[in-house]
Amino acid sequence: MFKILKYSFFDLTRSSWSYVYFFFYLLLGSVLLFLNNDLSTAIITLMNVIIMIVPLIGTIFGVMYYYNSREFTQLLLAQPVRRSSIFLGQYFGVAISLSLSLILGLGIPFAAYGLFKSSAIWDFSMLLVTGLFLTLIFSALAFNIALSHENKIKGFGYAILLWLFLAVIYDGIFLLSLVYFQDYPLDKFSLAASMFNPIDLSRILILLKLDISALLSYTGAVFKQFFGTPVGTLASLGMLFLWVILPLFRLKRVVGKKDF
Amino acid sequence: MVSIQNLHKQFGALKVLNGLELDIMEKGIIAVLGPNGSGKTTLIKSLLGMVVPDKGEISIAGSNIRKRWNYRQEIDYLPQIANFPGNLKVQELITMIKDLRGKPAREKELIEYFRLQPFLDKKLNKLSGGTQQKVNLVLCFMFDSQLVILDEPTSGLDPVALLQLRNLLQEEKEKGKTILITSHIMNFVEEVADRIVFLLEGKIYFDGTVSEIKSSTGQPDFEHAIAKLLSEDHV
Ligand SMILES: Nc1ncnc2c1ncn2[C@@H]1O[C@H](COP(=O)(O)OP(=O)(O)O)[C@@H](O)[C@H]1O
Ligand SMILES: [Mg+2]
Repeated sequence: MFKILKYSFFDLTRSSWSYVYFFFYLLLGSVLLFLNNDLSTAIITLMNVIIMIVPLIGTIFGVMYYYNSREFTQLLLAQPVRRSSIFLGQYFGVAISLSLSLILGLGIPFAAYGLFKSSAIWDFSMLLVTGLFLTLIFSALAFNIALSHENKIKGFGYAILLWLFLAVIYDGIFLLSLVYFQDYPLDKFSLAASMFNPIDLSRILILLKLDISALLSYTGAVFKQFFGTPVGTLASLGMLFLWVILPLFRLKRVVGKKDF
Repeated sequence: MVSIQNLHKQFGALKVLNGLELDIMEKGIIAVLGPNGSGKTTLIKSLLGMVVPDKGEISIAGSNIRKRWNYRQEIDYLPQIANFPGNLKVQELITMIKDLRGKPAREKELIEYFRLQPFLDKKLNKLSGGTQQKVNLVLCFMFDSQLVILDEPTSGLDPVALLQLRNLLQEEKEKGKTILITSHIMNFVEEVADRIVFLLEGKIYFDGTVSEIKSSTGQPDFEHAIAKLLSEDHV
């Protein structure tokens, strides 16, 4: 698997898109930190961007890489290499190169700002940790979708729809149901609902780190009670971890049965 | 070397292989023929584990290949469609495949043989179809395995290259290899093949030598004999 990972990774380091993505974060991080006096506003803005953009980029890169490397894959399938190694290698190639763009792109301006010496380092690390998770999760989902659709256009379409659903529509339905059922105690429901969406989960983790849970809706208290404890944080990170592992299991299973 | 029992494969509603049986124990060149879409590529891909059969057993060199992958170490395979990562250079691709196999290769000799030196630094998507096919042939033959599987090796080759391929096949055969091949160029097949396996409706419809096909159909010309074979029960 590591040989495949290496080739995919180097293939991507030669692609200009990786650099575009890196410079985007570099620019974003620099602008927000240096043109903004308030550190916590900067981090919140950054969070809002990360929570939308990281999944989107992970999705697009994942799908694009899968379809663009179909020839390479064909070639590899005839070699003495395990099938799952081929696809997991490619997946980690994509995920690691995206993660590097994110870490370096945001890390450099933060280091320049002197944040590593301040206490905001923890808020910043939580941003990066969730960013990494979202990258791993959404490229895994994208690989799954692409694998199940020979047709590139369809694959792209479904992947974007999934992103749209988890990033926007899910929250919409969630809020609507809160309003609609406001007479019922919905604490548990909303807790569960946010556990099942990696984007919501990431948002909550960051907001709690920033200690601005008051910004959340009236369910904030319950959220803080749960997510604010070490158990809650661990549970959420565990959930994010599951969101990475489960798609990879499916990937492995589907790959084992597919005809190429 | 290769033993296939009761092989079934269907894609959706389309039955492609339907209880196919085939044993290849001998050395020499075995040609798999059949109309377009008769399942030649599907059969070959099943041998390589790229297509997963619905039913049936395949053993190569004495052991069942199901869910295994390292047996491919001992097979040289030429895919029907040479799909290369276009952004790689020829030399990079060769180096990469060698690295993946982790075994010595004789690519220099073959590059020389097909006169590919001027193209080594070119990107693969800048090469003509014929040159790509030669690169494909180098990648395939460079590991010198005992079992060679070639899916349409003649496609895209000009007459000179075709002659080169024929001579190469002859040399490899003399080394005692088993070479499985599909091709649409009938007089190429007639010249090289020791045994013809004719695929029709998911089964082996005819299995024998070129002269046996000719005598059983009563046609002195190979191409006509094949045409006759096709039209006999299937008008
Ligand atoms: N992965 C696949 N999915 C669906 N149909 C396929 C697939 N591979 C091959 N087929 C179909 O199976 C039939 C046999 O194909 P193939 O083995 O390539 O034939 P041949 O090589 O003899 O021309 C064709 O009708 C082809 O369209
Ligand atoms: Mg074919």
